[in-house]
Amino acid sequence: MILTLAFRNLFHDRIRLAVTLIGILFSIVLVAVQLGLYLGASKMITSNIDHANADLWITVYGAKSFEDGGMLLTSRERHQALATPGVKAVIPLIVRFAEWRKPEGGSTRVVLVGTDAEDGGLEPFDLVEGSWEDIKAPEAIAVDRTYFNELGIKGVGDTAQIANGRVRIRAVTDGVRSFTQSPYAYTTLNRARALFGDGDGTTFYLVQTVPGADVKQVQQDLVNRLEGAEVLTKEEFRDRSLKQWLFRTGAGVALIGGALLGILVGTVIVAQTLYSSTKDHLGEFATLRALGSSSGYIYKVILAQAGISAIVGYILGISIALIILVLSHNTALPMVMTPALAFWLFTLTVGMCAISALSAIMKVTKIDPAVVFNK
Amino acid sequence: MIDQPQPVLEAIDIVKELGSGAGKVRAVKGASLALVPGELTLLMGPSGSGKTTLLSILGCILSSTSGSLRVAGTETSNLDSEELADLRRKHMGFIFQSYNLFPTLTALENVRIALDVRGQKGFAASNRCEEVLRDVGLAHRLRSYPGNLSGGEQQRVAVARAIASSPSIVLADEPTAALDGENGHAVMALLARIAKEQKRSVLAVTHDPRTLSYADRVVRIEDGRIVGEERRPDGLDAPEIADLTKRRKAHG
Ligand SMILES: Nc1ncnc2c1ncn2[C@@H]1O[C@H](COP(=O)(O)OP(=O)(O)O)[C@@H](O)[C@H]1O
Ligand SMILES: [Mg+2]
Repeated sequence: MILTLAFRNLFHDRIRLAVTLIGILFSIVLVAVQLGLYLGASKMITSNIDHANADLWITVYGAKSFEDGGMLLTSRERHQALATPGVKAVIPLIVRFAEWRKPEGGSTRVVLVGTDAEDGGLEPFDLVEGSWEDIKAPEAIAVDRTYFNELGIKGVGDTAQIANGRVRIRAVTDGVRSFTQSPYAYTTLNRARALFGDGDGTTFYLVQTVPGADVKQVQQDLVNRLEGAEVLTKEEFRDRSLKQWLFRTGAGVALIGGALLGILVGTVIVAQTLYSSTKDHLGEFATLRALGSSSGYIYKVILAQAGISAIVGYILGISIALIILVLSHNTALPMVMTPALAFWLFTLTVGMCAISALSAIMKVTKIDPAVVFNK
Repeated sequence: MIDQPQPVLEAIDIVKELGSGAGKVRAVKGASLALVPGELTLLMGPSGSGKTTLLSILGCILSSTSGSLRVAGTETSNLDSEELADLRRKHMGFIFQSYNLFPTLTALENVRIALDVRGQKGFAASNRCEEVLRDVGLAHRLRSYPGNLSGGEQQRVAVARAIASSPSIVLADEPTAALDGENGHAVMALLARIAKEQKRSVLAVTHDPRTLSYADRVVRIEDGRIVGEERRPDGLDAPEIADLTKRRKAHG
């Protein structure tokens, strides 16, 4: 009967129900989009780091992110690193902004990534056409298909100019987006060096340790040996990149702020409608009390109203969020939705509705069953 | 002298002050009253005489300013609001002047919720509610909403709700005030029958003279005080007590 009464109370006033649901829906969509974009941005920022097979990253001192290294490390650092106990492999990786001249004229900036996949460091990922083997062909390069327009190309076989030389599309990735809005272009280490006219320099060294090695200890030893370079664990480098792009630039703060705003607005709307619904049904709650119901029974009715609103609002909200997710796939900032985020949003909705129920419960605590006789 | 049954409810020297400050009113000024099973008692008096206030106290909905109230052997003066609710749940059924049905629930559901707050759920509870509704003559109205029922029918749903849990005490505040003659009589007859057949104590507050003929006992209240009590002598027909009352009134 508690559920029945809660349902009837809710559906009795359709307009108020609509306001409640729109409030929850608005809130869920806003929070989902903001956090989805936050996750999307995080994924863009860290995807190369996540895909690289490295326990430790050697970077030039003060490198703030994956795109911020220059080509200042040399084979000297490589040899020093290789001489460090516990180090199994030291794999060079070049990441550097470059001018991309479109075949039809005009230019844009790309982030050229030079990597030899057979070294076991960073292998171009999410390829939908061609393979990393194809990138070894003369002039070969891989770019993401969501950037074809910006790069002024149509697909495999098209050519363009990067820095000093000509490149030809040999492989295509899908969904490897770049937070800097400069597309990633993957090629071999040596072609990257040739294009930049630097035969020895590199941006990072990816360090793989021998099995069973104490990574922290190896990190410390490397720090002691290498001057002018930093040694970061994968986690440290990830965090530093995220911090750089999401917090130094304020983008992440804006996204999280938007999410908090969504939670606040949703809570206020639901609290308001639930409170006014309770006020309207106060006479009925007083009757229930007169009939001998415990106050717990009445709280359960109010909480059930909040819970039903939460579930219906969540289903509507998450559906709309999923539509936005699909629509955002090819935009500059694709949203990400994970089961964890969906679950978290559900918990958030229920929590929000429970908090909203508090004001209604406070109101109903004060009812005097004596009013039943004076209607 | 025939054996008087033990009272299920016994109020002694009830005083109730309402309001506060300059608006303070002594609505009940020392009233004593006992209810025994099997009787329909009417509490009659002019408007503002304290009937509703006294009924609320007897029903453990209001607590008295002073005086003692025992319900089914329990002294109520030191109970908190949850314990009072517990007492209402165990021993009492209520009927209100304006029915106080839940407009969003059907007749059957309105009765079921009274059992639901008592933790009685499921098929057995549902059957019991149907049975009670059938008993008050609403077998054909189980799934109607209060808005689609006449006043008389609504009050009969309320009666069913009050008796579904088989309480020993049924308290009604002006149960016929909103009803026309025929429906008023039907509800009073129902209350009298509940008292007789099911051996409950039924107390109805009223100032409606049509109700007199159904009473076993009439208690009069004026200005917060009990001023008289008439009992229908055994064997007296219903209309006669009405005459008796009129005559006594005429004699002052
Ligand atoms: N909440 C209240 N505050 C102050 N005075 C009240 C309140 N309720 C009732 N009264 C007063 O108490 C007296 C008795 O009221 P009530 O018990 O409702 O009378 P009845 O039911 O016999 O008409 C009346 O004078 C009424 O004005
Ligand atoms: Mg009254």
